[in-house]
Amino acid sequence: MSSQSTTLSTGPGATASVRRAGTKVLHLLLLPALLIGLYAYSSANSDSYYMPTPDLIAAAFVELWFSERFFVDVLPSLARLAVGFTLSAVLGVGLGVVLGLSTRVRALFEPVLEFLRAIPPPVLVPLMILLVGIDDSMKVLVIVSGCVWPILLNTVEGVRAVDPVLADTARCYGINGTTRLRVLVLRSASPQIMAGLRLALALAIILMVISEMFASSSGLGFAVVQFQRSFAIPEMWAGMVLLGMIGFALSVLFEFAEGRVLGWYRGLRAANRGE
Amino acid sequence: MTETTTQGTARERPEAPAGAGGRPRGAARTGPNKPLLGAVGIVAFLGMWEAVPHLGLVSERFLPPASTVLAALAQRATTPGLWIAVGDTLIGWGLGLAIAFVAAVLLGFAMGALPRVRAFTNSTVDFLRPIPSVALIPLAILLYGTDLRSTLLLVVYACFWLIYIQVLYGVADVDPVAEQTARSYGLGRLARIRYVVWPTTLPYLMTGVRLAAAVALILAITAQLIIGSPGIGQEIAVAQSSGAVSSVYALIVATGALGVLINIGVRVLERRVLRWHTSVRGEATA
Amino acid sequence: MSANSGTSAGADAANPGATTNHQGERPTMLKVTGLQKIYNGGANAVEAVRDLTFDLGEGKLVCLVGPSGCGKTTLLKCIAGLMPPTSGTVELAGQSVTAPPPGMAVVFQEYGRSLFAWMSVRANVELPLKEKKIPRGRRRELVDESLEAVGLTSFAHAYPWQLSGGMQQRVAIARAIAYEPQVLLMDEPFAAVDAQTRADLEDLIRQIWQRMGVTVLFVTHDIDEAVYLGERVLVLSSSPTVVQDDITVDLPTERDQLTTRQDERFTELRARVYAEIQQAKKSAGAAPTAAPSVAH
Repeated sequence: MSSQSTTLSTGPGATASVRRAGTKVLHLLLLPALLIGLYAYSSANSDSYYMPTPDLIAAAFVELWFSERFFVDVLPSLARLAVGFTLSAVLGVGLGVVLGLSTRVRALFEPVLEFLRAIPPPVLVPLMILLVGIDDSMKVLVIVSGCVWPILLNTVEGVRAVDPVLADTARCYGINGTTRLRVLVLRSASPQIMAGLRLALALAIILMVISEMFASSSGLGFAVVQFQRSFAIPEMWAGMVLLGMIGFALSVLFEFAEGRVLGWYRGLRAANRGE
Repeated sequence: MTETTTQGTARERPEAPAGAGGRPRGAARTGPNKPLLGAVGIVAFLGMWEAVPHLGLVSERFLPPASTVLAALAQRATTPGLWIAVGDTLIGWGLGLAIAFVAAVLLGFAMGALPRVRAFTNSTVDFLRPIPSVALIPLAILLYGTDLRSTLLLVVYACFWLIYIQVLYGVADVDPVAEQTARSYGLGRLARIRYVVWPTTLPYLMTGVRLAAAVALILAITAQLIIGSPGIGQEIAVAQSSGAVSSVYALIVATGALGVLINIGVRVLERRVLRWHTSVRGEATA
Repeated sequence: MSANSGTSAGADAANPGATTNHQGERPTMLKVTGLQKIYNGGANAVEAVRDLTFDLGEGKLVCLVGPSGCGKTTLLKCIAGLMPPTSGTVELAGQSVTAPPPGMAVVFQEYGRSLFAWMSVRANVELPLKEKKIPRGRRRELVDESLEAVGLTSFAHAYPWQLSGGMQQRVAIARAIAYEPQVLLMDEPFAAVDAQTRADLEDLIRQIWQRMGVTVLFVTHDIDEAVYLGERVLVLSSSPTVVQDDITVDLPTERDQLTTRQDERFTELRARVYAEIQQAKKSAGAAPTAAPSVAH
């Protein structure tokens, strides 16, 4: 009797958890499946040349990117993206700390920076071609010239927002110089810095693609535009899908990094909310 | 310099600290000379720009001095061509932003009110959102050519997600106590949206609009530059390919000025709309 | 005057150079002379502190109490070396204070904002010791001891924001005592915690003070707290601040939230401080002196 009752009591619990997992999977997959289904249906039933069926796209995708093209077009693009983004981060955070810590320096540079950051970065592509040609350094420069601003401005804001009580506390306990920078300034500005980096990452991908589309002979952006011009439609779609996947993968990666860096901040916010 | 973008405004920041002994600290120190320093900065910047090519540090062919560029800009400003290009750019920018705004607000509030439905959309949103809108360029060219609709496709796609996500954050941030209070006073669903949900969401929404306004300009210009739809971007591409270097610089300065105006405009709007809100009231004008 | 028989600070009668304060026996640890602070701004300059002179003997626990907005925080910041006074001097153990001195620790009122949110409790306590270049072994000892003293040993690895307000303030206290300061400054440390926690923390401070023999300057706006904690209460006037009265608290060293507060002498002292503060407020209202915008 007792054993029966235990099986009875675990029974509904187990089915409930199975059901919960099922709902989760459904939440995750239902809409994407529907959308892909819808696209497959409409592309199969339309004679539009521009909308190849999913299987054609998938075939083109495999054929294109599981070949040496991956090393010729995709990897160099990603490398330029990484270099550009890293340079922007170093430059943006470094300058941001300097500007954030000094009211005078900030006042001196503010209007000029306000103007420079308002320039939409893509217009710098033609300029960079004039100045440095169409090689890798042009593309990296374009990425940096666009990505530096959100990082810089957010760092300035974050550094300025360092809590004065905490700053006083640090002074009282003799925390100065680089330790102060490392332990106090950068850490307390890190939520804003990360927000800036996230914006910059999205911008970096855009700029990577644009710099390759405008004038280039290789790279992912170049390849996609090339397919479009030569009406290689499934290949063009395959390129777009890859771009989308890169965007998605980088954002997941960033999310992960942010979780590591800002674990304390999320906890703090949740704690403040709870009170 | 107020580009705070930690998800959903700077609300969680500790209250603006009263200075020592409760007095505003350093008001006198930073007050009067700030615009002066800024002006010095601008003059120094222009001076350096003027000097570098004159001193031969960079060839004038690549970097014309500031005076030449500004003269070129002034000359262009007297012709209708520049203003037509600016107008085209602004139409693409404004229309795209408006469409994205309306769509994002409607969908955002609907999803906020229907959390069960929203659960089904999360994975799709998380996948679509980080896709760089420039990936759509080839498709835009195929579908619409150099038409305005090409520009709109890019602008709307990029801006929609920015605003939509902010609306979702905002709707989720509604204070349960305020919500319950409103309920206990018998406010209906619409009244609750009007008096509780909307004011809570507004700061988030404005953050989204501020970010989207800048991004919309970037993409409007991109579309013109790459696709060749009419606008400043296209003018720049033409100037570059014809080797008119000082024109390229002049047009870049013009887009920068446009960007500054848009940024200022959005900030003024944000201030007006959120006048009642602490994050605006407490914020120092920096 | 009978208060300090219980302290462990050792009766170092022989300290030739040391000046003796008005209470006799002990060398002066903290000496504030003619301290004045005027906030600049030309025409609308505000004189927050006018003329403060007092000193603290080594191992004393002195409370500063005054009406709200009387410049307590300004005073404390000047003493801590966080803010230069307009005129006057602060001396710690004979050394003039111009920047935060290594022999001083401060506990602020805003516990939530004075702890590093991105560090564990333990790291918060340990950080100043690292900066002081204290070897690892000794550091660990100090951290363990101080966490134990405030009863937070089992929370060493938690983040500050995972703790309640009172516990967060305990972390700040632990950090202060691990630093082994000569003088411990406390700026209304319990103003933001609930009443029961507050009573516990008051007893904790008395206990730590007795055990460590540290000199404590405790700023508060709470009259009961000042009388309960202190050996001496300095009553400040309204801003611009001067020392209005200096009251010796002749209650027994062993204090208890229940019996001490019921003690007749406690009530008398409390009434006296209260009267002084009322008078301070009144004279401020009447005085037509500067300070048009004395802040909240």
